[in-house]
Amino acid sequence: MAYDKFTVLRSTAVPLAIENVDTDQLIPARFLKATERVGFGDNLFRDWRYNPDNTPKKEFVLNNPMYSGKILVGGKNFGSGSSREHAAWAVYDYGFRCVVSSFFADIFKNNCLNIGVLPVQVSPEFADKIFRAIEADPKTEIEVNLPEQTISLLATGESERFDISAYKKDNMINGFDDIDYLQNIKGEIQEFAANLPL
Amino acid sequence: MSKTLFDKVWDTHVVRKIEGGPDVLFIDRHLIHEVTSPVAFLGLKSRGIRVLYPERTFATADHNTPTWNQHLPVADPLSANQLKALESNSNEYGISHWGLGHQKNGIVHVVGPEYGITQPGATIVCGDSHTSTHGAFGAIAFGIGTSEVEMVLSTQCIMQPKPQKMRISINGKLGKGVTPKDVALFIISKLTTSGATGYFVEYAGEVFENMTMEGRMTVCNLSIEMGARGGMIAPDETTINYVKDREFSPKGEAWDKALAYYKTLKTDPDAVFDKEYNYNASEIEPMITYGTNPGMGIGISKDIPDAEDVEGGVATYEKSLNYMGFHEGDSMIGKKVDYVFIGSCTNGRIEDFRAFASIVKGKKKADHVTAWLVPGSHIVEAQIKEEGLLDIFNEAGFVLRQPGCSACLAMNDDKIPAGKYAVSTSNRNFEGRQGPGSRTMLASPLVAAAAAVTGVVTDPRDLIEELV
Repeated sequence: MAYDKFTVLRSTAVPLAIENVDTDQLIPARFLKATERVGFGDNLFRDWRYNPDNTPKKEFVLNNPMYSGKILVGGKNFGSGSSREHAAWAVYDYGFRCVVSSFFADIFKNNCLNIGVLPVQVSPEFADKIFRAIEADPKTEIEVNLPEQTISLLATGESERFDISAYKKDNMINGFDDIDYLQNIKGEIQEFAANLPL
Repeated sequence: MSKTLFDKVWDTHVVRKIEGGPDVLFIDRHLIHEVTSPVAFLGLKSRGIRVLYPERTFATADHNTPTWNQHLPVADPLSANQLKALESNSNEYGISHWGLGHQKNGIVHVVGPEYGITQPGATIVCGDSHTSTHGAFGAIAFGIGTSEVEMVLSTQCIMQPKPQKMRISINGKLGKGVTPKDVALFIISKLTTSGATGYFVEYAGEVFENMTMEGRMTVCNLSIEMGARGGMIAPDETTINYVKDREFSPKGEAWDKALAYYKTLKTDPDAVFDKEYNYNASEIEPMITYGTNPGMGIGISKDIPDAEDVEGGVATYEKSLNYMGFHEGDSMIGKKVDYVFIGSCTNGRIEDFRAFASIVKGKKKADHVTAWLVPGSHIVEAQIKEEGLLDIFNEAGFVLRQPGCSACLAMNDDKIPAGKYAVSTSNRNFEGRQGPGSRTMLASPLVAAAAAVTGVVTDPRDLIEELV
C-alpha cells in the first residue's frame, strides 16, 4: 500500500518511557476484526488509554494535552510480540510517522518500514537525553532527517546518526514499497522456482 | 565453506541479494488465516494482480473462531465477516481453504505439520509470529506482517535481511515433571524477552534430540518470545518418521529425493555461530511466569525476584507486578487460580493433553476453577477421544471444547475476566492478552493440570509422586 514519502520530519514528540511495549498494548486482539485498514488509530494503546467504560485514563500520556507530535519515543524493546501489522497501522493512523527507541522488536520494525513509519533506533544514552529533554520541556522539537540519517534535538543541537538499509531508505524517501520491486523481477522468481531442489 | 543448518536452508532460497538491502527470499509454503490476510487481498485487488502460486498457500480459520457450537452461525458479525472474507478470497484466488466446520480446520501451526505441509528444509511463512513452530522440522519458518503476506501471495517472495545465527545447546536429561514448555520458558527467562532479537536460533543437544516432534514444536514455537525471528532443530529419524506419508508430504520417487535432501540438513561441525549459549538439563525445573512478558519466568519453587536482580528498568518491573497483583519475594506456590487454559499453537497437541490427563486422572477439578480444554485440531480432538483421555477429563469434571486459538489471544468469546488469574499453556502473558484486565501465568500442561485440580499454583512433581 502506498504511503506518504518521508524525508525530513520536524516535530514535538510523545514520550512513553516503558520497556517491552508489546503489540497487544499497541492494539489489543479484539480490535483486529476489520477486513479493511480503517480506524486502527482510535484503538492505539486502547487499554492504557481508556477505562473499561471508555472514559479516557487521564494519567496516560496520549491523553495528556501537554504532549503531542508526529514522533513517538518508546522504551527499550518496543513492539515485541505479535506479527500483527495492525500495530504499525495503529501507530500510523493515529498520526505518528516516526517511532524512536533504543531497541525494536524485529517484526514490528519490519512492519513499520513496510507501511511508512520510520523506526529510529538510538543509543540508550541518546534515548535518555530525549526523554529528559521532553520532561523538561514538552514542546521540545526533534528533527529526524532520513537522507542524512540523523536525529537531533533542535534546541541544543545534540544529534545522533541512525542506521537504515540503503534500499529501505530509498523506498521511504520515494514512497515505494517492496511489491513494486518484486513485481519487476517476477520472471527471475519463476525461473528460480522451477529450479528449486524439491 | 562450513555452513549452519540455517545457512543451508536460507542460501538455497535466495533469489537475489540486493546491494545495501535485504535478500529476496523464496517461500515454499505460505499459511494464511482470517485475521492478517484480508488487507493483503485488498492490496492485490487494488493493484490488479493475481496470486502467483496458489498451490503454495493454505488457508485455515483459527484466531477468531468459536470453540463451542461450531455448527451454529458465528454470532459476532465482525468475526463472521472476517471468516467469510477468508473463504471468498481463497475461492477467488484458488487457494485451499479449511474454514470453520471443515474436517482439516484447526490452528494453523497445528494442522500445517499434521497434513505434511511443513517439510524439512522448506521456507514457511504466515502472518503470525508463532510460525516459528515449524522450525521443529528443520524448516526456516517465521511470522510476517500483512504487507509481506501480500508480497508472498503476489510473488511468492519476501525481502528480508539475513538474521544473525545463535545456537542454544542443552545436554543432560530432563528431570521428572520437566516438559519442553519448561525448557523454552527456562531459556526465555535466561535470555529475556529481547535477548535473541535479530537472531535465528538453532536448538541443539541431547534434550532436543530426545524430544518428540510435539515437544520440538513447543520449543520452536516460543522462539519469538525471546525476540528471535525463529528457531530450528536439525531433522533426524524422529522428524522423518513424523513427516513420512502425510497428505502433502512427497511420495514415491519424490520422497526418496526429499529424504536424501533432508539428510544434508545439519550444521557442519566447524560452522560458526554469532552467539552460543549452553545449559544443562539439570538446571531446569517446572517453570511458571509471574509477570507480563514471557521472560518473567521462574522455577515453580522459587520466589518472585527483587527488581534490582532483574534486567531492565525498575519502573517497568513494578508496573508489571502491580498489574499481576504480586510482590517481590512472593512464593508462586499456593497462588489462587481462577482459570486454567490448555491449548494454543504452543501446547494444543495430543502429547499436551496426555500430560494434562496424567495429572487429573482420578481427581476432581477444583470447584472454583473454570477450565478450558481446547484441542489444536480435529485430529487432536479425535485422538483425545480414541485414547480415552476424554473419559478421564469428563470423570474429573472437565469438558473438551472445539479446535481454535481460543483464550490464547481471546479474540473470540473465550476471555479471562478482568482481575482473574489464569494458568495458561499458551505463549503470552502480556497485559490483557487473554481478555482486558486478565492476569496470565504461563506454564506447562502439567502445571496447568496441577492448578486445575488443586485450585492454586502447585508443583506438579508433588502430584506425580502421589501416583508412583
